[in-house]
Amino acid sequence: MNPAVRRSLRFVPLLLLPLVPLVDHNNSHIDFLANAGAFILLALGLNIVVGFAGLLDLGYAAFFAIGSYSYAMLASQQFGIHVPFWVMLFAASGIAAIFGILLGAPTLRLRGDYLAIVTLGFGEIVPQTFLNLSQYTNGPNGINSLDSPSLFGHRFGFSATPYFYVMLGLIVIGVLLASNLQNSRLGRAWMAIREDELAARHMGINTTAAKLSAFALGASFSGLAGVAYAAKLDLVSPDQFQFNVSVLVLSMLVLGGMGNIPGVIVGSFALSFINSFLLPQSTNLVHSIGLTWIDFTDYRFMLYGVILVAMMLFRPEGLIPSRQRRAELREALTDPGISAQEQTEYQGAAR
Amino acid sequence: MDVFYQQLINGLSLGGIYALIALGYTMVYGIIELINFAHGDVYTLGTFFSLAILTGLGVSGEVHGLALVGVVLVTMLAAMLLCGITGVLIERLAYRRLRNAPRLAPLITAIGMSFILENVMQLWKGPSPISFPAVIPNPSFQAGGVEIAAKQILVIVLAIVMMVALQLFIRNTKMGKAMRATAQDRDAAQLMGININTTIAMTFLIGSALAGAAGFVSGVYYGTTWFFNGFEAGLKAFTAAVLGGIGNVAGAMLGGFLIGLVEAFATQYIPQGAQWTNVVVFSVLVLVLVFRPSGLLGEAVPEKV
Repeated sequence: MNPAVRRSLRFVPLLLLPLVPLVDHNNSHIDFLANAGAFILLALGLNIVVGFAGLLDLGYAAFFAIGSYSYAMLASQQFGIHVPFWVMLFAASGIAAIFGILLGAPTLRLRGDYLAIVTLGFGEIVPQTFLNLSQYTNGPNGINSLDSPSLFGHRFGFSATPYFYVMLGLIVIGVLLASNLQNSRLGRAWMAIREDELAARHMGINTTAAKLSAFALGASFSGLAGVAYAAKLDLVSPDQFQFNVSVLVLSMLVLGGMGNIPGVIVGSFALSFINSFLLPQSTNLVHSIGLTWIDFTDYRFMLYGVILVAMMLFRPEGLIPSRQRRAELREALTDPGISAQEQTEYQGAAR
Repeated sequence: MDVFYQQLINGLSLGGIYALIALGYTMVYGIIELINFAHGDVYTLGTFFSLAILTGLGVSGEVHGLALVGVVLVTMLAAMLLCGITGVLIERLAYRRLRNAPRLAPLITAIGMSFILENVMQLWKGPSPISFPAVIPNPSFQAGGVEIAAKQILVIVLAIVMMVALQLFIRNTKMGKAMRATAQDRDAAQLMGININTTIAMTFLIGSALAGAAGFVSGVYYGTTWFFNGFEAGLKAFTAAVLGGIGNVAGAMLGGFLIGLVEAFATQYIPQGAQWTNVVVFSVLVLVLVFRPSGLLGEAVPEKV
């Protein structure tokens, strides 16, 4: 069989995804899939920043917050403004992108780890600001009763199914966008920067523009995710956007494989599944056999931590790696200051 | 003006705790260029260890006289030792293998370690704040209109003593010299016969022990703690280390006191300041990193190519 055909055959199961709500009438399953979809979108966006461009963003939840709050403020009773959901999707991804640039611009000169800390600081400042500006955001209570999106006069309401299709559509757009970007001139520039920024600049890449566009595009994904997630949840509050959300999305990337779109999707889905199904269900299971003092959901953060540590130590390229990224990370792992090979050479010379 | 001096004292004692934590950040960054994200949690672990030791000693309230000196010394030294061991273990298990990996790999590992430690503490003492016994009698002195509590003096003095001791250690001992050499050029140090694994482990031991001391002091100072304490305190202490010039011991001290002062004055002088202190402190972090990444006392180091 023609390899191109075989390759595309792998995607056939994906075509069945839209049928899921028709077969599975359990609303909680569809609800889970829709939520998982939001996190896949976030992971795809963070993948552009961290995976493609190699800029470690530890405050990614801030853009998610900005997207969600944009919808909450511009499409609810809060200020009596009712911008339609579909318009807000574009508007909020634009707003998030602008904040991406605002954050990116001053950090351009920073080294990798300092950049990470600045983004972390930003990630702390944003939800805290939403919390403190309580006259606009209702502080800790958040904003609720957001406008329900509607399509052709059909209101979404509280069923998860329409949101499932929205998420699916957004993910399809996101994947197309991200994979086209990856193979574009810009995508190659990002990878060059990731591998060696100095060399990239010397090859004539405009690193400023490339890094800023990575921040902006990455942020725009979480703007989309924020709007869809806020509309689905019908509520926005500052505690949804804490540091652990940023780390959760990062864990998804690290688990699946930074820089590889299928890997990121699988990693993201796997972690959502573990969080929302595996941990609660296995807790129920052990409770049903009388071990009521065990609650696996208490170990959630331990899980993220273990994933980050274990993956970095034993499989830094992720479960489904991109070939290029694996080469980079493996090379570095097996290349200590004085490599094993050099050491044997020294020993040989000494003999 | 009394309010000003009052906040000055409050800020300095807050800053003393940040300074003690910042010393660990600055030492580790100085030697292996790693932002040891788990350091803040080692600090909280210090409070948890102290609490466990005090419970073990059967102390639940104020202690007086010689017993006080004994209890404080035993608890603090034990907490320091336990934290030091924790730090060494973390380095051995999570960081050593990645010493030559791309910089972001150990940073991600450190974030993972931080989450693991937080979860362990959460499982240990539960998710809500826990109270810490008021071991030290806390008379306060009036100086003008300013009230100075005994434990504030304790924090400030302890921080300064520790810093001076650390500075003397790094300047005058053989191990200190090895640390400076390893920080300057790891390969060259190794060629000179320095065991860099031991040296780096020692750095983690001392840095984490200082965090343990800070953990004990903060338990006494605030009278309460919770498992997530280390995240915010760690980030502020890191801010302090960067503000002072990372890698610079005196700078960490200066930065710690400055961040304490910023926090105290922000609480006092910004309307609804208590809500905004974190925003102010983290803004300082962002501004310093962006405009003066070498800090106040640090030298600008060109990136190694």
